[in-house]
Amino acid sequence: MAGRMRIRAQKKGDSTEVKVLMQHPMETGLRKDDEGNPIPSHFITHVSATVGDRTVMECQWGAAVSQNPFLSFRFNGAKKGDELKIAWTDNKGESAETTKSIR
Amino acid sequence: MNFRRRVVLKAGGALGVLTAAGAWPVQAIAKFARPVAAFKAEAPDATFEALGGKPQESDQIELESPDIAENGAVVPVSVMSKLPNTEQIWIVVEKNPNPLAGGFLIPEGTAPFVQTRIKMAETCDIYGVVKADGKLYMTAKETKVTLGGCGG
Repeated sequence: MAGRMRIRAQKKGDSTEVKVLMQHPMETGLRKDDEGNPIPSHFITHVSATVGDRTVMECQWGAAVSQNPFLSFRFNGAKKGDELKIAWTDNKGESAETTKSIR
Repeated sequence: MNFRRRVVLKAGGALGVLTAAGAWPVQAIAKFARPVAAFKAEAPDATFEALGGKPQESDQIELESPDIAENGAVVPVSVMSKLPNTEQIWIVVEKNPNPLAGGFLIPEGTAPFVQTRIKMAETCDIYGVVKADGKLYMTAKETKVTLGGCGG
């Protein structure tokens, strides 16, 4: 289930605006299922955004980021056509990455 | 003392030399360490302590969140810092079981601005914490929650 990501990276002037929607349950570990059994925590802990070998954003997250996390930020200095790579890892060691051309 | 240990030690030494010489791709090594104690903290003061001390109040941080959030599971929050040399942005939710929601590293060339969506257990303050020039600053804004979104 986890792994899909939607990225928009759009250049406006010198600034590149990034919007990312990640698909992830982001379970806190505090919820219980219908039978009262605790649902184990499962959440993204680390996100990185890179253009080439330049890191443009890095996140450390807890379980309080909403399900299917949304992240938006802006950075300077990229060109149209540059590849922006977003990668995440979660507390179970799962990971995903997606690359998107800046337009 | 065994052979394997020697090899590991040598590899470590070589890594140190490479890093010092700038030949090692430093970029590839995570430079934004996870503040494990801050994520485990169960009250805002403990969170701040683990992040490096009680932040100073600042009007140079803009925190946007709804006045009333109908669904505490999805509360849009954005933090913008006007403080020079903003290095990190942190979002802390006063009354969540673990107040620290997340942190964002702002490398040079990235705007001191982030937007995300967080969960809130109940009506309380959201703190936008900014590390600039090595010091912590913060601003607070209350968001009322009609339906809590943390324990479910």
